[in-house]
This record gives sequence, C-alpha cells and structure tokens, in this order.
Amino acid sequence: MMETPAIQARGLVKKYGSVVALDGVDLTVPTGTVLGLLGPNGAGKTTIVRILTTLLRPDEGTAEVAGIDVLAHPGEVRRSLGLSGQYAAVDEYLTGFENLDMIGRLYHLGRKASRERARELLAQFNLEDAGNRPAKTYSGGMRRRLDLAGALVAAPPVLFLDEPTTGLDPRSRTEMWAVLQGLVSGGTTLLLTTQYLEEADLLADEIVVIDHGKIIAQGTADQLKSQVGGERLEVTVTDPATLEAASRLLTPLGVGAPVLAEHQRNLLMPVSGGVSVLREALRLLDDQGIGADDAGLRRPTLDDVFLTLTGHAAEVDDDDPAEAQHQTEEVKA
Amino acid sequence: MSRLDVFADAAVVAKRNLIKIKRVPDLLVFTTLSPIMFVLLFAYVFGGAIDPAGGGGGYREFLIAGIFAQTVVFGATITGAGIADDVQKGIVDRFRSLPMSPSAVLAGRTLSDVVNNVIVLVVMGLTGLLVGWRIRTSFFEALWGFILLLVFAYAISWVMAWVGLIVPSPEVVNNASFVIIFPLTFVANTFVPLDTLPGPLKAFAEWNPVSAVTQAARNLFGNTDPNPLAPHPTAWPLVHPELYTLIWAAAVLIIFVPLANAQYRRSTSR
Repeated sequence: MMETPAIQARGLVKKYGSVVALDGVDLTVPTGTVLGLLGPNGAGKTTIVRILTTLLRPDEGTAEVAGIDVLAHPGEVRRSLGLSGQYAAVDEYLTGFENLDMIGRLYHLGRKASRERARELLAQFNLEDAGNRPAKTYSGGMRRRLDLAGALVAAPPVLFLDEPTTGLDPRSRTEMWAVLQGLVSGGTTLLLTTQYLEEADLLADEIVVIDHGKIIAQGTADQLKSQVGGERLEVTVTDPATLEAASRLLTPLGVGAPVLAEHQRNLLMPVSGGVSVLREALRLLDDQGIGADDAGLRRPTLDDVFLTLTGHAAEVDDDDPAEAQHQTEEVKA
Repeated sequence: MSRLDVFADAAVVAKRNLIKIKRVPDLLVFTTLSPIMFVLLFAYVFGGAIDPAGGGGGYREFLIAGIFAQTVVFGATITGAGIADDVQKGIVDRFRSLPMSPSAVLAGRTLSDVVNNVIVLVVMGLTGLLVGWRIRTSFFEALWGFILLLVFAYAISWVMAWVGLIVPSPEVVNNASFVIIFPLTFVANTFVPLDTLPGPLKAFAEWNPVSAVTQAARNLFGNTDPNPLAPHPTAWPLVHPELYTLIWAAAVLIIFVPLANAQYRRSTSR
C-alpha cells in the first residue's frame, strides 16, 4: 500500500492581474523527506509556501498537507503544519519564552502544556539563557532559531521553511543547518525554499528548481548535476606562465575544450574516466616539470545546474518586475 | 474550534499587546504627554482669549471633555499602526498559520487599545483636576461619560484596524489618519463653542459624532451648566448626544468589524 505523501499539490496556478506567479505547479513530498524548492527571487517559491500553509488561495489547482485538503479544511491543516517565514516573525518586545508560550496558547495546548513546551524548545534551540530577555536583544541567528522554535510548538508533522537562512552569517547558517538536520532525522517532513544551492544540496532529498512560476527541473542533487554534464578536471598551476603549456598537454585527455582562468592560474575541462584521468594528468604535468598547487575532479555544482537550466545565474534579482508586481498586488489584495 | 476560543485567543493576543506597553513605556508616555500638552496649551494660551471674563477658568472646564474625545480618537491610530506593523513583520502570517480563531487577532488588538485608552484617560483626568476641571455630577453619571468615550474610541479602533491592513506601512497609517482625524476632532465643539463657527462648518460640527461624544461627556460631567461657553444646543445630535454617539458607534462597528476581519483573512506580509 502506498503511503499518503505529506505534501501533495496538483496544477497550482496563481495570478496577480496579468502577472502569472505560479503557472501549473505539481509537487509531491513523501513523508519524512526533505524537498528543496530552489529558485531566484520572484520565481514563485513563497507563493507556493503561502498556498500550502493556507495563507493564500490559488486560482486553480488542489493541495493536500498531511492528507488534508488545504482549500476545503484550512483550519484542520493548520494543526498539522508549522511555518517559519522569510522574515523571522517573532514579537521583538516579548521574551523568547513569552513568544513560544503565546504560540502554544494559540494552538490551544493549555496554559501548563504551553509553558512546558516553551521551556523545552528554548533548551532544544540553545536559547535557555536568553529565554527571559526580549527578542529585540537577540542576534539574527537567535531570532531565526526562535522563529523556527515557534513553528515547532505543536510538534507538527509537516514543516514549511521559507528561506530559513537568508540574511544569516555563515556561522549561524551552519548552526541552522545542524538544527534542521536534527529535525529531519526525527521524522519531520520538510519543505524549504532557498536561493542557496549549497543549502538545497546539503539538506534536500529532492530538489525542485522553479523559475517564473514553473518547475524547470527536479530530482536529487546528483541527478540534477548529471543533467548538466559529467565530471571536470580542475588544475591550478603554480606558475601562471605554464598555464598555456599545461592546457596543450592536457587537452587530449578531455572530452571537451579546457577553459582557462588566467588570474586564478586555473584550468577546467570536461573529462570522463574518473580517477585514472586525474592520475594521467598529474603524471603528464610531472614529466614536463609543470608544478601544480591543486588538482582534482570536480562534479558540477548546483550553480552550474541553475545556469544551464535557466540561462541565468541563481542571483538575487531585486528588480524583478514579477516580484515587484507580486508585492504590490498583495498589498492591494 | 469552539466559540469560546475567540475570547481565549483574543485575550492571549491582547496580553501580548499589553506586554509591549510594559516593555516600551515611552509609547504610553508620549501618547499621554501630547494630550497633557494640549490641556495646558489650550487652557493657558487660548483660554484667556476665549473666556476673558473668567480668566480661562470656565474654558478649562469646558475644554477637558473635548480633549478627552480628541485623545481617545487619536488613540485609535495606535490600533492601525500596530496592525500594520504586525503585517509588515510577518507576525500576521504566523498568526494566520495557527489553528487559532481568525477573529481573535483584531479583537485582541482592539481590546488592548481599550486598556490603553483607560490608562490615558486616568492620566488626563488627573491633569484636568490639577488645572481646575471638576466633575459636578454623580459618580455613575461621570462613569457613564467615560464609558461613552471608550465605546466611541473602540468603534474608531476598528476603522483604523481596517486601515492598518490595507496600507503598506505603519507610518502611512499615522499620516493617513491625521488627514481625517484632525478635521474630525477640530471642526467640532471640542475646543470652541459651536456658535463661533461659520455656517457650513457649524452644520458639519453639529452632526460630527466627535461633537456628540464631547457634548455627552460634558453633560455627564456637569460641565455645561451654567457655563456660558456651552449654551444649550439646538441641533438634534447635540440635544441627544448619548443616543447619537451610540448610533454612530454601532453603525461603525456593524460596517468595519466584518470589513476588517475579511481583510485580515486575505492579508499577508509584504
């Protein structure tokens, strides 16, 4: 028997006037897995999250979360989901404890259970010491953790995180990843949106790449990378003057022309054959006395995937007219 | 979800808003400082000119109910600004994703603003007593006067709640509401006797609900008779100020409670 997926969406369409924010999106997230929704600003990621978390009604399509119809029974769905939005939605005048206690009360956990749960989560998210300070005094990373803790108050089986690490410094980001990995190992189903390819690569079982409201690719990180092509040989020579010579020497080993980056003393070339090619390359360089600082086989990154699929890099594009339109429409809505 | 959840949830939201007053007392200080300033300015700067014979004493008595009305109406902008702020910060998104009663966020917000208004009225009442204002009626009549002021302010809070949900930022709430609230509270019997106003303005002022609530409070505090600045009005709303105030409050609530709640269900952060 097939288990009901934790999240299932069919043909989601959302239009803001003439701007199509979502153009027929299908998603399936099996229970206990992580789906990474990857795309630039304005691609439609947040719109998907808002529809699945009952904040927004789609113009067309159906969606189920935890087996419950999102459009027909929004109230029931809300009991089964946790949402942590793009901006940490913590009340900065309340203490960390008060924030979580309030959310517990609004989940109708009861006074005593709300307090216990708040203390438990503060401990779990390493906020015990800061629990009695107003959230105003928290660092960005602490606020995000508190916001995530807020999404977990009712221990929901399905968790939606909209860009959980946007705006965090690298250390806080790594900490957040560890927290999320812990949750997933506990069995939580997670849908997260991100602009960071590294994040999707690290956390997601399956990645859906979305651009202009459409799914343009999906699969595991490895599958997506292999769509772009196989491995590459990367060599960094010690002396920039030898880069040309190294290139002439190694070209016969490749399945495509090498790309040279003079400033980085770098050579990148598609190859096939794995480690034996690398070994051969190193022997050839050695024979000719060309010194190398670094050499290795590189698999394509998700950045390469994105560039290949969309024709543009996964850069934050604040001037995206679709996103701007999207925002003004929502204000009016 | 039971019906009682609305009240329980609204209480939780109201408590949250009141904690903010506790944590940022500056807010309350500034909302009370400006009416105190108004009392002092009007009583001592304009008072002498308006009421030369009494040296401003009679005017001060006349003035206080007007300042009360103006202050509680201005206080409603706090509701709008607070809600716009919650929308902007994504807190409304969080609330809307919870299995709480959807009406509770606005109910809680308007409830906490009543508490805010009570505190402000107490501070202003004390200031009024210091400058010579007196309640010349019974305790219950005065209490009914204060309740009318609060009921009227509560209705305006719902208008502002709706405004707070449709504008893009808290700053806009303040600017937008000033454009409406300034004429509403000044083209009235709040600070000057109506007889001094030119024809069309006088007609507007007579039917202005702010005039009615002011008149009602003045009557109930016993600040009209025998004050020469407050002759017996002839316009219907001011002859029946309590009824007219309640009709307005009811009409505003009937329109704006559903309107604001419907807007809330559709709003998301920007």
